Amino acid sequence: MIPLSHILIVSSALFFLGVYGFFARRNLITILMSVELILNSANINFIAFNKYLYPDKLDGVFFTLFIITIAAAEVSLALAIIINLYRRYNTIDIEDTKEMKF
Amino acid sequence: MDSYGISSLALVLLPLLSFIILAVAGKHFSPKISALIGTSSIVISALLAFYIAGGYFFEFGNISGAFTKQIIMQFNWLQFTNDLSINLGIVLDPLSVMMLVVITTISAMVHIYSINYMQGEEYFERYYSYLSLFTFSMLGLVVSVNIFQMYIFWELVGASSFLLIGFYFTKPSAIAAAKKAFIVTRFADLGFLIGILMLSAGAKSLDFFTIIERLTTPGSAYLANFSGSFIGMSALSWTLLLVFIGGAGKSAMFPFHIWLPDAMEGPTPVSALIHAATMVVAGVFLVGRLFPVFAISAPDALMIIGYTGAFTALFAAIIACTQTDIKRVLAYSTISQIAYMMFALGVAGWGADKSEGFTASMFHLFTHAFFKALLFLGAGAIIHAVGSNELKNMGGLRKSLPITHITFLIACLAISSIPPFAGFFSKEAILSSAMHSNPMIYYVGLFTGGLTAFYMFRLYFRIFWFKKPEVHAHNHEVHTWFMNVPLILLAIGSVVAGLIPFGHFVSANGEPLELSIHLGSVVLPVLVALTGIATAYLYFARESFRPEQSVARFRLFYNWAINKFYIDEIYLFITKKVLFNLIGRPIAWVDKEIINGAINGTARLSMKTSEMIKPVQSGRTQTYAMFFMGGALVLAAILIFKFV
Repeated sequence: MIPLSHILIVSSALFFLGVYGFFARRNLITILMSVELILNSANINFIAFNKYLYPDKLDGVFFTLFIITIAAAEVSLALAIIINLYRRYNTIDIEDTKEMKF
Repeated sequence: MDSYGISSLALVLLPLLSFIILAVAGKHFSPKISALIGTSSIVISALLAFYIAGGYFFEFGNISGAFTKQIIMQFNWLQFTNDLSINLGIVLDPLSVMMLVVITTISAMVHIYSINYMQGEEYFERYYSYLSLFTFSMLGLVVSVNIFQMYIFWELVGASSFLLIGFYFTKPSAIAAAKKAFIVTRFADLGFLIGILMLSAGAKSLDFFTIIERLTTPGSAYLANFSGSFIGMSALSWTLLLVFIGGAGKSAMFPFHIWLPDAMEGPTPVSALIHAATMVVAGVFLVGRLFPVFAISAPDALMIIGYTGAFTALFAAIIACTQTDIKRVLAYSTISQIAYMMFALGVAGWGADKSEGFTASMFHLFTHAFFKALLFLGAGAIIHAVGSNELKNMGGLRKSLPITHITFLIACLAISSIPPFAGFFSKEAILSSAMHSNPMIYYVGLFTGGLTAFYMFRLYFRIFWFKKPEVHAHNHEVHTWFMNVPLILLAIGSVVAGLIPFGHFVSANGEPLELSIHLGSVVLPVLVALTGIATAYLYFARESFRPEQSVARFRLFYNWAINKFYIDEIYLFITKKVLFNLIGRPIAWVDKEIINGAINGTARLSMKTSEMIKPVQSGRTQTYAMFFMGGALVLAAILIFKFV
């Protein structure tokens, strides 16, 4: 059986890939995808801890299901925002949307 | 409530009703309707006043040989403690009934007169609503059962006189005069208020008649509350003097007289109403109302009133001789005549043989109302015809203003106390009461009488003679019958008012008093008055060199008098130089520099700080995310090192 630490390494790698993508990419769609990566790394953690530490319980699985649902909702919302942004500014580059400041 | 009760209530409330109607809906009425509403309400009030006076003096007022007070109605408005409450009500006693007749009669005359005088004025209906408000406040004042009720109406009189004096509110001088009148009287009213509070603290009541009863019974427990003394006078005397200061403010006694001459900026009929018959006698009325307390328990306060009155009478009469604006001459003559009433009260005492001064004072108030209103209304007719207040624009007007001429002459004779005109009887009574109790005041009054005759006839000769009348003199009076009729009615009043046996009706204790006239004591005042008239005739009957000659001889004194003895300048010096520099400016400095500075400093500090930290909000989403991430990491680190 694969040890827990291996799975945690994978999820950490996914998490920091997501964080890197969030900070480094300029395309809003890609940033959204990075956010998905972060969320999914959390999902993996939930599943892994559930499986290895409390195999007779299902709490982690339910949390994961919730997170997937919420992620779907969040994506639709974020896409709607991006579409509106595109209609107004004709761009989905995050560097071009700097109006929310003092 | 019987018919007298209902009519006295209606008498007081009718002007209020007219004020409300005109104030709310006046804009929608034509001037004729406005005048009709205002005038008819006050004329009905005047008729009711005569009805009540007849009823009071001949039917229900006289109980076993003395006139007693009748409280027609009163209700409890504000209860402080068991003893102390503010009641509103209507009391009829000789004093208030007499005042009701005077106020409503003069006010009715002024209302009628104004129909012509104010014709074509822009705010005609507003003028009538102010007049109604003023009349209402004055009526409320005289029927007060409670000293606090009186104070309420007292201030209402002040406020409505402010409105009336400032009626020509586009003229800066009128606004200044209105403010001056209001502030000076308000300042004096502070004394009145403190006096009321002290009086109620000692007597444990605000009700006039309870106060009088408690403070006139020798050895009563309430008198003991005033047992302290200060600079040689008892606490009660000081209290009453404070009350008198309020009266001195309204009645323009020295040194509060400065507002009255300036108040002539108002329309002339207003001067007749406010400054002849009503507002200015409020102070006399106040002292008269509390007269038993003054006379029995604080004769020293009464003495001070006497000297104040005598000084003011002489002082104002001297100034009146030099003024060239006819309304100002009349204003100073009013101050002088009110001062006569004051010192008549001052020389009076309690008891059948000493209280003659009280009756004399009220008698003079009564007769003065007629001839002074007549003088003012006459002056109004003259100003209406000439278009100026200044004496130098007048002269030889007897052909163009025949009715005004005759009525003005009657009023001058009355105020100079020439028999058998009204002023003669009242002033004679004042002088005889002064002669019996205080010879010094008597001689001051006598001399002032001469001055009165001089300045009144100076006015008369200067206006109606002096120059030859124009050959084809145009009669100004043909179209102004609303002005002529009040003049004629008041002239009749000025002739016959003195013939009323006044002492039978109004006296200090309600019992009839015979105002006897002795031939011996009459001769001297009349001679003095005739001397004054003769001097005025020599100086002003035709153009002559005499006035200039006399002015040159008394140059210094004349300059003092024509500048009103620089009292206004002294006031300005005290307020502007002393008070403003010593108190106003330091306070303004503290306000500007310290308080304002602290607040501005706080504002500047927070602005600087926010400018400094503003760049943090760059609008770049990823920078924000970086901060968020950093925060999360720090939190995580803290949690790990703290709990693991």
